[in-house]
Amino acid sequence: MRWMWIDRVIELEPRKRMVAIKNITLAEEHLHDHFPATDSEPALPVMPASLMIEGMAQTAGVLVGHAEGFKEKVILAKVSDATIDEDAGPGMTIRYSAEITQIDEQGAATKGTIELLDHANADAGYRQIGSVNLMFSHIDNNRSGIEFPEHNFVFGDGFKTLLRTSGIEVEA
Amino acid sequence: MTQDDIFEKVQEVLVDALAVDDDEVTPEATLTSDLGAESIDFLDIVFKLEQSFGFKIEQGELFPDNVTQDPEFVQNGRVTDKGMQTLKERLPHADFSKLEENPDVTKVGEIFTVDALVKFVERKLDS
Repeated sequence: MRWMWIDRVIELEPRKRMVAIKNITLAEEHLHDHFPATDSEPALPVMPASLMIEGMAQTAGVLVGHAEGFKEKVILAKVSDATIDEDAGPGMTIRYSAEITQIDEQGAATKGTIELLDHANADAGYRQIGSVNLMFSHIDNNRSGIEFPEHNFVFGDGFKTLLRTSGIEVEA
Repeated sequence: MTQDDIFEKVQEVLVDALAVDDDEVTPEATLTSDLGAESIDFLDIVFKLEQSFGFKIEQGELFPDNVTQDPEFVQNGRVTDKGMQTLKERLPHADFSKLEENPDVTKVGEIFTVDALVKFVERKLDS
């Protein structure tokens, strides 16, 4: 099973922009280890920054995959830049907005922002807490000529379900 | 645009794409050995040059496409005469002096110096 780090796609402008949300919940086991209580400090459950980068990678990756009808195998190849300034905890919602800045036969570059909605202060709305810029490779067109399996192992059932439940048509 | 202007913009592109310092980006520095570029960085550099200079770079125009996988061009880990000739024809901006001394296929990256990128941009802007 693919470990999904976005819950729903809320906007999709093909080949240009996609927005997805992730609701953070205490049911996620890793939050209890990130960070557990110590002798001197109480537990501090926060979403690991690395998983926020993965959330952006999934958002931007689906956008790049959708651009070519999911024919290409889109692999995260480089985190060009990532800044995350604040912690995000259980009961909050993260919003990932990704935009394709360039795309060609070999891959794509994306830029994106991470915003946070604290439901305890919902009137304040989303506020930006980070930005992540990424590079994706269309690996069947990789420069080194390495061959990969024919079936698209990147966009499996997990992503198709995500798109379908977000109201976006995908081929079965 | 003067050669110095082009160099400065190429330098900016490489500092941004490869997270290196300005002073590391000298004309003779090679992208792979000296500046640590990996496979995906070449695409990043192409994208950033396109944005910076406002032209389109076709696939294989700046960096070779699969030449080193062709058995006619590489045998026993060394670039053949035909391979060298093909690379030179396709990449007139590149610096082949080190590769000609030692045509080991792992050294192909050495042909891409910062100066080679500056020459490539000059040719593109002139054409």
